Amino acid sequence: MGSDPDSSMKRAATYLARRALTPISGAHISREKGSDPNFIPTRKKGSDPIFRVGTYLGVLLVAAYCLAPLAWQLVTSLRPPAELTTLPPLLPTRITFEHYAAVFTGHPFPRMLLNSFVVAAGATVVALALGSAAAFALTKMRARGFGLILAIVLATSMFPPIATVSPLYLLINALGLRDTLAALILTYAGFALPLAIWVLTSFLRQLPDELYSAARVDGCTPRQALVRVILPLAAPGLTATGLLVFIVAWNEFLYALTFTATERSRTVPVGIALFPGLHEVPWGEIAAASLLVTVPVFVLVLLYQRRIVEGLTAGAVKG
Amino acid sequence: MAAIGFDGVGKRFGTVTVLDGLRLTIAEGEFFTFVGPSGCGKSTTLSLIAGLERPTSGRILFDGRPVDHLAPRDRDVAMVFQSYALYPHMSVAENIGFPLKLRGVKPREIGAAVAEVARRLGIEALLERRPRELSGGQRQRVALGRALVRRPRVFLLDEPLSNLDARLRLEMRAELKRLHAEYRITTIYVTHDQEEAMALSDRVAVLNAGRVEQCGPPLELYRRPANLFVAGFVGSPPINVLDARYVPDLALPQGASVDDVVVGVRPADVRVTAASDDPRALAAEVLLAEPTGDDVWVVGRLDGQQIIGRAPPDAVPAPGSTARFELARERLHLFDRTTGRRVA
Repeated sequence: MGSDPDSSMKRAATYLARRALTPISGAHISREKGSDPNFIPTRKKGSDPIFRVGTYLGVLLVAAYCLAPLAWQLVTSLRPPAELTTLPPLLPTRITFEHYAAVFTGHPFPRMLLNSFVVAAGATVVALALGSAAAFALTKMRARGFGLILAIVLATSMFPPIATVSPLYLLINALGLRDTLAALILTYAGFALPLAIWVLTSFLRQLPDELYSAARVDGCTPRQALVRVILPLAAPGLTATGLLVFIVAWNEFLYALTFTATERSRTVPVGIALFPGLHEVPWGEIAAASLLVTVPVFVLVLLYQRRIVEGLTAGAVKG
Repeated sequence: MAAIGFDGVGKRFGTVTVLDGLRLTIAEGEFFTFVGPSGCGKSTTLSLIAGLERPTSGRILFDGRPVDHLAPRDRDVAMVFQSYALYPHMSVAENIGFPLKLRGVKPREIGAAVAEVARRLGIEALLERRPRELSGGQRQRVALGRALVRRPRVFLLDEPLSNLDARLRLEMRAELKRLHAEYRITTIYVTHDQEEAMALSDRVAVLNAGRVEQCGPPLELYRRPANLFVAGFVGSPPINVLDARYVPDLALPQGASVDDVVVGVRPADVRVTAASDDPRALAAEVLLAEPTGDDVWVVGRLDGQQIIGRAPPDAVPAPGSTARFELARERLHLFDRTTGRRVA
């Protein structure tokens, strides 16, 4: 292999280029592989101090950019009321938990949390059930127009929410679902379906078709094949998709604001937005509630980080 | 157990014709093999029998009754796939018991049936393992067990041995033959390996481009190939095809001339010696010799045509020398030069 003229030319060129870039003093040159005649000494990237400092600086910048608002929320939530709208002091002179207490005493916060949970979980279940059935039909039952159907599915997710919110409001009203959790579950599941179908389709595509054939011959109806063979094997894909849907539904604000009217169906994002009273904006309570509602999502993501990445990159690499 | 009939079965995928008017009957209890090069339609044939595909035209009959409206589960057919297609999330016992579970058999009876099949296949010790913990040969046995456990009417095997190494393949081949003798289930086998087909089957159908070139017992295919394709596909090393003008004193059928036919002769029917007293033996330059143990295959060149013959291992003509190739006159096959059909 190495003997063909083209590759040996390339190797010579790389060698010259690397030698030109390597200081002759050789302080960073690794000589461990000296016995290998093809070995070309290079500096390891990781041991280059400038490269390392640059990497950490970059990471620090991105982290600061992402975490600064959260840090400010944390600081605000712990600040005594008197210091809320004054600067300095940058950091609170004393730490107080009264805002956290107020979130639970002054507002129906547990009820809102429960609503949010029911809505997010409900939307996730509906989206997974319909999405996996659709992905199954598309990949294993050889539905006609595979590409076209996927394109249409993707196209439906292109509408900006603000364009659909008024027609949907009329629809929800006509169905008598205004101010119910069902309205939000249906809406979120609908908007999550394209994502669910796409991610699950790429997952199911990786399962060999012979497994489905074997299940059919062994005596499964298509539905039994889906439930007993395909879905158990697609569990990682279902977890990833479910988490993505859950997080989107948990954080959604626009539809929740529009379709709910009372605390019966209000979710946390809407509830927090309605904290401000007639005379004052309770910044401390808003900050405390915002942090509290981030915690479940934060924990979920930490637990299933790998699965989520798998879900987003499914089908990209075999494996 | 059932007899399978193909009544003009055709299958097209889009514009590609995979099967073209297949017409044959497989007898009850028979071991029947479809053999052919890749893409000849043999795997599609199995899918049609199993009900995984529907024919574009014609009918498939089980014991004389059409089954085309039946779903796979209602045909009582079992299948072993090339990749084995074991369920990775189930243990070996669950894999084998799965078809029974779907039919609502009681757990205790499933356990007994699984144990019985596992005993016959020699995999009792593996029942609690997962498929990924098994070797290729073990997976193969589990796949067989899953197919045999419910005593299906028809047993379909799609290239079941192609993923095994050579030694294991021979072992499993014998095992398959034993299982067929024991269970007597109508078995339809698909392979591209003509040797496997010959060794296992009661009858073989040679498929080419969606058509049956010839169908019959293995020896008949070997001794009386119906055309050049079958002659070339069956037998190893492949049959010699010679221009009829090079074969002296050829007995031609009435009305045919040497220009109309080609001569087929199996390497096993060609004796190679350094000197021969047969005046009709062909003189050819020896290119190389391939020892196989009992015999040596000698490859010779005759005016640009290749001819392979058999020589005893202690009298192999040296490459480069000229040797005599004696054709067994009673075993010559004559084929029409243009159509490839057998003429004598």
